[in-house]
Amino acid sequence: MSTLTSPEVIPEEQGRGSGGPSKRSRRDRPGPSGYREKKSRGLTAIMVIFLVYSLVPLFYLVVNSTKSQDSLLASFGLWFGDGFHLFDNIQQVFTYNNGIFVTWFRNTLLYVVVGAGGATLLATLAGYGLAKFRFTGRRAVFAIVLGSIAIPGTALAVPTFLLFSNIGLTNTPWAIILPSLISPFGLYLVWTYAVDAIPEELLEAARIDGAGEIRIFFTIAIRLLTPGIVTVLLFSVVATWNNYFLPLIMLSDPKWYPLTVGLNQWSQQANGVAADPIYNLVVTGSLITIVPIVIIFLLLQRYWQSGLGAGGVKQ
Amino acid sequence: MSSGTLTGAKAARLEPTPRKRRRTGRGKQTGWMFVAPFMVVLILMLIVPIGYAIYLSLFRDQLIGGNHFVGLANYIQLLQDSKFWSSFGRVLIFLVIQVPVMLVLALVAALALDSARLHAASFFRIAIFLPYAVPGVVAALIWGFIYGPQFGLTGSFNDLLGSDLLKPFTSTWILTSIGNIVTWEFLGYNMIIFFAALRVVPAELYEAASLDGAGSLRTIISIKLPALRGAIVIASIFSIIGSFQLFNEPNLLKTLAPNVIGTFFTPNMYAYNLSFAGQQFNYSATVAIVMGVITAVIAYIVQVRGTRQENR
Repeated sequence: MSTLTSPEVIPEEQGRGSGGPSKRSRRDRPGPSGYREKKSRGLTAIMVIFLVYSLVPLFYLVVNSTKSQDSLLASFGLWFGDGFHLFDNIQQVFTYNNGIFVTWFRNTLLYVVVGAGGATLLATLAGYGLAKFRFTGRRAVFAIVLGSIAIPGTALAVPTFLLFSNIGLTNTPWAIILPSLISPFGLYLVWTYAVDAIPEELLEAARIDGAGEIRIFFTIAIRLLTPGIVTVLLFSVVATWNNYFLPLIMLSDPKWYPLTVGLNQWSQQANGVAADPIYNLVVTGSLITIVPIVIIFLLLQRYWQSGLGAGGVKQ
Repeated sequence: MSSGTLTGAKAARLEPTPRKRRRTGRGKQTGWMFVAPFMVVLILMLIVPIGYAIYLSLFRDQLIGGNHFVGLANYIQLLQDSKFWSSFGRVLIFLVIQVPVMLVLALVAALALDSARLHAASFFRIAIFLPYAVPGVVAALIWGFIYGPQFGLTGSFNDLLGSDLLKPFTSTWILTSIGNIVTWEFLGYNMIIFFAALRVVPAELYEAASLDGAGSLRTIISIKLPALRGAIVIASIFSIIGSFQLFNEPNLLKTLAPNVIGTFFTPNMYAYNLSFAGQQFNYSATVAIVMGVITAVIAYIVQVRGTRQENR
């Protein structure tokens, strides 16, 4: 861990206008053999295979969300069926069983906003504190944080459940939110990012001007840390949005379910004695579940890509 | 905040020199103001559950005698538990095959992205990363549909070949089916980690290599792969943790392949079913502890070995 190098930011590639490959500064570096690399069709073809692999399941989801239950079973999976039922399906998803899906969506939002938001805030404060202050017990904090990165969250789920059920926290939102508040890897990312993103001189100058530490943090540090913070926020959002194991064991009342657990419950309706398959709702519900998070990722991509460039490569 | 409780005898020892003090901000304990909230939650949500799990693993709840201390009896039982070892062997096979396949594919994709020889590189980067944003549950549901005989693609594919080659839900195929889902989810994530590491290689290194007449392959072996070592270590650790803790995908596919995926398919499913179907909380906690220790030890070994090679 002593080999920390300075965080470097991936050169901006987005937001350079129409930016074809030739406009990018670092892409213009001479290739290893001394001349500007020619575009390779073979290499592009290999990447197309990766691309198809990554996108086919998503395409499958989009295509099949336009089908009614009957045509879902009757038509070829990778192309549209009879009629366009997307809006009909969406309406059914939101109204089925008295709009339980809306409740699940609201729960997911609650867990994401409070859980991921809180985790990011705690990790940012602590990462900044570790990077910019020397204090008693700092080494111990380092050791605990680095050690806890290797402790898998799911290994803790069952013990945490047992603990929470003793103090009556199961089947409440707290059972999901409290364990989500911890992000040792997020702290690690902010810490490595903060080491070089915030110059000591700037902090000293602010102190000489009489600014308090809290004010310095909120006015200066937060601004300089933004790419790192957004990266941590995004990964925390993904983790809480996609959380399944923890809510599965903590919650028994469907009114507190997040989308992931709810969708699986819908999916399981197709089995058993009183089977009542609603495949079209599972497919459309899945699509609705991933749309917000995909949009967030696309909108914030230049932040998380540079943030990862800073933290992801170090150790 | 908690700074008051932490200034103690220790503080005197660590009195910073004047020069250091200038560098490190005023007040010795100001840092705690920022670190304390995180540490409080960390202790409550991480250390306390671990402690509680250890406590549970040392007890047994029996009809006669109630809850009583049994020492390491649960651990000894676990060591002789063939269900546990079969689940452990399964994730070990999964780990040994799926993780290298996924990481090598991610490496190839990252090297291609970094090669500057790709058309529309940033489009590829985003699109291949996209599955990472898909919840594991949704990924398992989609792939479950695709694998399925009813409106999936395997039926169409097998019809096309005129055979029944693909049987995703049979015991010979099920690990491959799960491995494919996991690879699909995390290929792009690992690609981005590797790609980010490649972007911080100083351009002078490439210039020097090209002056020495190194070709693309030579540059990859001599410059890019060494530069990726740290990222590979991190990606390996996360993948190892993921494999040992495998739960979501098999648990979701279980409804589709009930005869193939049992209650102890992976150690985590075993712990889950012990708790929630069997009410054997003490034994379940033992499984969680043992798996946590094995995971942490292997992650630690990978980290130490990776770092040591870096410093040679």
